[in-house]
Amino acid sequence: MRYWFPFPLLSLSLLGLWLLINQSLSPGHIVLGTMLGIAFAWVMVNLQPDKTRLKNIGRIALLAGHVAHDVLRSNIAVMNVILRARTRPVNSGFVAIDISLRDENALALLACILTATPGTAWLEFDRQTGVLLIHVLDLENGQLWVNLIKSRYEAPLKEIFE
Amino acid sequence: MSHLTDLPAWAAIPVCILLLLGSAVTLVGSMGLIRLKTFYGRLHAPTLGASAGTILICLASMLTFAVLQNRWIVHEVLIIVFVILTTPVTLMLLGQSALYRDRIEGSDDVPRKSTGEQPDTSGMDI
Amino acid sequence: MNELFIIWSLLASQVLLGLAMGCALFRMVRGPRAQDRILGLDALYINAMLLLLTFGIRTANSIYFEAALIIALLGFVSSIAFAKFLMRGEVIE
Repeated sequence: MRYWFPFPLLSLSLLGLWLLINQSLSPGHIVLGTMLGIAFAWVMVNLQPDKTRLKNIGRIALLAGHVAHDVLRSNIAVMNVILRARTRPVNSGFVAIDISLRDENALALLACILTATPGTAWLEFDRQTGVLLIHVLDLENGQLWVNLIKSRYEAPLKEIFE
Repeated sequence: MSHLTDLPAWAAIPVCILLLLGSAVTLVGSMGLIRLKTFYGRLHAPTLGASAGTILICLASMLTFAVLQNRWIVHEVLIIVFVILTTPVTLMLLGQSALYRDRIEGSDDVPRKSTGEQPDTSGMDI
Repeated sequence: MNELFIIWSLLASQVLLGLAMGCALFRMVRGPRAQDRILGLDALYINAMLLLLTFGIRTANSIYFEAALIIALLGFVSSIAFAKFLMRGEVIE
């Protein structure tokens, strides 16, 4: 089973995208989309991505809620910063964080979360030392950001992936 | 403009609000490109247009077509998913390459690499 | 009344998106360094895509949606290629 369907989630989401782009639920499109999804999953095998199993499914919903809330809040914060940039100069800076997350997929997800949130941008992760360098637009207290990222994102990601 | 007259008021008002809000957020994000002083500051600006602006305008488009054609039109979801998945990747790569270039030039504004002087390229492929 | 309202707000949002494209274009032309120009290009294509979506609402034509999807796809690939080029000087290794 695992041999024929190496990445079932990927195949399913490709099928979903195929049906969305064609705007139909006809049996022909479902068959074609399924074939495409399975074929592209085989292509993916050759890329040899790191396989990880999701351990804690329940935490994913909580993490997604946190991310949505943070993106909304920091959208408003960044809009404030930009609109007031003339009168109040921006105090931005780099923050280095020691993180113990090592799983490749978890790191990729963390990178996407941090960059999708407008106030923070992922710059670099050093695999040897485990130091993550991010840039924060509205930096008042570096330690606050370190604690926030460690408790709000890193801990749930560790629970989900490791 | 004939088809827009078919839009009932209960749909027209949310469409207008979503459109205006989305384009205003995008404009603020693009203004950030001009107003912020450093490159790393500007790196945060396009995310506004990409996340909030795209979602709001795609929702307006979905609502309009759904009401006009009397069936669910969901293919704008594709654009939302695609833009949300890809923008962080672009910005991440741009940030990394800017950091790399600044370090090669020996600029003092960016933090040094903690171990060794030569910038390694092995960890840059996320 | 209703229809006037939506036409004017469509026009207003198109003007706002056009201004946003102008800001991004400014950064692309002016940008002191290459990474600023790429950032401007990235913002420019996203704004252009949103402008196409508003044109789609105005004309109720789904061809604009497809154009927007293609702009999003090609813009992503080109930005990635530019960023890779800045990092190593080669697009494909």
